[in-house]
Amino acid sequence: MIRSELIQKIADEHELNLNQAERIVNTIFEEIIDAMSSGDRVELRGFGAFSVKQRDARTGRNPRTGESVEVEEKCVPFFKTGKLLRDRLNDN
Amino acid sequence: MAGKTLTRMDLSEAVFREVGLSRNECAAMVESVLQHMSDALVEGESVKISSFGTFSVREKAARVGRNPKTGEEVPIHPRRVLTFRPSHLMKDRVAAGNK
Repeated sequence: MIRSELIQKIADEHELNLNQAERIVNTIFEEIIDAMSSGDRVELRGFGAFSVKQRDARTGRNPRTGESVEVEEKCVPFFKTGKLLRDRLNDN
Repeated sequence: MAGKTLTRMDLSEAVFREVGLSRNECAAMVESVLQHMSDALVEGESVKISSFGTFSVREKAARVGRNPKTGEEVPIHPRRVLTFRPSHLMKDRVAAGNK
């Protein structure tokens, strides 16, 4: 399923025009990225939680040239699946 | 990272500010989005949200695990797990916002 299909499903289910459904779906994803960009967590019970993890600085290597490069410490997005969804994936 | 935790309520509040629907309807929209995504994943489909990221289901083979406390061997059954791969845009924005 891709973004446009999700938008279509929301429009169909709630009898909205595509434009409105698109704004709704986009707002939700935008809000999640926005929260993580501020270092916040987004916890959606039953679905999962988005959080930010810190990665230490390290010495990386350019895989093509083998050259060493210093990689600065940085923050990366992380998603942990919720219990209900995890259970549903394994049909219990 | 001294951040706060957002919930469905915050997402539905964001939707409320964006579109002219009631708070109740906005909460239903958030629920419905999560529900459709979950349903697709349970069907084994990937969910690919451009400029956000991709959720995909992976099959894990059975293996022998060990209880770290007792050292006892326990069988781990084959199972399906969900992985999320953030888009470049998300990674860039999260990295830039948490410098």
